[in-house]
Amino acid sequence: MASNTDFLLALENVSVAFDGFKAVNGLNLYIDKGELRVIIGPNGAGKTTVLDLICGRTKVSEGSIKFKDQEITGCKEQEIVRRGIGRKFQTPTIYQDLTAFENLELSVPRGRNVVGALLWKRTDEMIARVHDVARMIFLEDHLDRPAETLSHGQKQWLEIGMLLIQDPELLMLDEPVAGMSVAERVKTAELLKEIIKNRSVIVIEHDMKFVESIAHRVTVLHQGKVLAEGDMQSVQANPKVKEVYLGH
Amino acid sequence: MTTAHNDSHRLELIGFALIAAIILFVLPSMLDIFRLNLVGKYLTYAFVAVGLVLCWGQTGILSLGQGVFFGLGGYCMAAFLKLEASSVANTKIQSTPGIPDFMDWNQITELPFFWVPFKSLTFALIAVIAVPSIAAFIIGAAMFKRRVGGVYFAIITQAVAAVLTILIVGRQGYTGGINGMTDLRTLLGWDIRTDNAKYILYFVCCALLLANMFLARFVTMSKLGRILVATRDQEDRVRFSGYDVANFKIFVFCLAAAMAAVGGALFTLQVGFMSPSFVGIVPSIEMVIFCAVGGRHSIVGAVVGTLLVNYGKTVFSESFPELWLFAMGGLFIAVVLAFPRGLAGLVTDQLIPLLPRLKVWRTPQPSPAPAE
Repeated sequence: MASNTDFLLALENVSVAFDGFKAVNGLNLYIDKGELRVIIGPNGAGKTTVLDLICGRTKVSEGSIKFKDQEITGCKEQEIVRRGIGRKFQTPTIYQDLTAFENLELSVPRGRNVVGALLWKRTDEMIARVHDVARMIFLEDHLDRPAETLSHGQKQWLEIGMLLIQDPELLMLDEPVAGMSVAERVKTAELLKEIIKNRSVIVIEHDMKFVESIAHRVTVLHQGKVLAEGDMQSVQANPKVKEVYLGH
Repeated sequence: MTTAHNDSHRLELIGFALIAAIILFVLPSMLDIFRLNLVGKYLTYAFVAVGLVLCWGQTGILSLGQGVFFGLGGYCMAAFLKLEASSVANTKIQSTPGIPDFMDWNQITELPFFWVPFKSLTFALIAVIAVPSIAAFIIGAAMFKRRVGGVYFAIITQAVAAVLTILIVGRQGYTGGINGMTDLRTLLGWDIRTDNAKYILYFVCCALLLANMFLARFVTMSKLGRILVATRDQEDRVRFSGYDVANFKIFVFCLAAAMAAVGGALFTLQVGFMSPSFVGIVPSIEMVIFCAVGGRHSIVGAVVGTLLVNYGKTVFSESFPELWLFAMGGLFIAVVLAFPRGLAGLVTDQLIPLLPRLKVWRTPQPSPAPAE
């Protein structure tokens, strides 16, 4: 049914239903290599569900999701991660009882089976990598702190760092600036510009100012379908988009 | 890595050293062999408690069925001892000499096939670890692959404990029934009922417990240990970092089961019998209480908790036997409400922070064994 493409990620005719309610309905979405795509849409448009479908958290009812021309529907979450898709959750999802260093260390994509983890040794190279990423996410001076003592914004950055250290080809961020202060938002926008250099990124965001500061290409979702797609200006000028947003 | 970590690791080693000193030197020099044998029995429960630290404290998997694995280990050991005690010469008054007495009472005339390999000590010792580990693997794989967790998992383990008890009691021709396997006498001709043998078994038990504690320490300090903590905190994040969470849970559940089983085997050797009353729901919950009172995040705490609660049980039940269960329940409620991190939590959270204030009176001490 679905055809092979040059896209990094291709969703074709994807639907999912919860008790008959179609949260995502015949969705088509294509992401290029190296692209930064922002997905916006009113509450309940199915934005987070789309990410859940891509990363395998929710099973697809119909349709096909291909990553690098390989079908990933039906793969387990950890297999999809190992193929190169990283996912940041809406609320900071980090290991509260471990230090920031340990949080990053556990995210290093090696020693992922039971034996490997049991015999794992910290190498200088690995420690250097953790420090590199920590510098990028503004946490180099906080590596020894238990993660639960970090501020909300720092926790968000830590989770982004945990994904970066895995070096995924596709990174999905669900509202990365939610709950951040203005200064933190600015820093996060810088961070994102740094991150997208070597990979594709999908960002879900509500904050239109933030979207404007980073957006290349925007997809507007509404009722589980793509309502509009294009650059920021054309999307904002689109009468259908205006109606949906004003209607709410 | 951090100073806080180093401190807690060093503290743990001091705890290990204290436990070793107490169980290897202090108690043997203070107690007669009857009391020491009783301590040896308590120490076998400490194996279970250490396993629970890994499974429950570290990973957050509450198992209310550790008695199953303790019992399976104990029964595997007892099966070997029972066969050795049921030589033809010892059982010539039976209608079928050479089989265990309870089989004869149940009109069984031939040793059942699954009993035959237990004539070999090597097989029995392997079975002590293997049978409970395989049982844990089956339960763990069935539950964790389907992402059954939390209270549902606890209930299922409890159901397994009930099922195994009923099975043992119901099939008494094969298992010895409600009385269990009694009248165990010798291990390869060595009489385990003498005082001398009890001393030796006590020290074997101590040595294995210490080895067990170091194994648990190795696991908690490895990256695997940190993954287990991470799983307890944010299972989804671990999964979305590329780990197969179920495999890690199965591993730690099997490890805890194997630890419990070694304790069970040593119980059989020291106490001289094994019965369903150490398998079911009540002993399983008691084992969780030992661990909770001592502190489910601390290996040292779990061992100390086991010893203290059992000491309390012995003292209390000698004077007010009918009140013991109420006291036990009250203790559990008190622990959960008042100090959820157990005695170990009291020491590390309340007592240790007070130490710097006392420093004025302290003479500088040489630091104990290096932490790593």
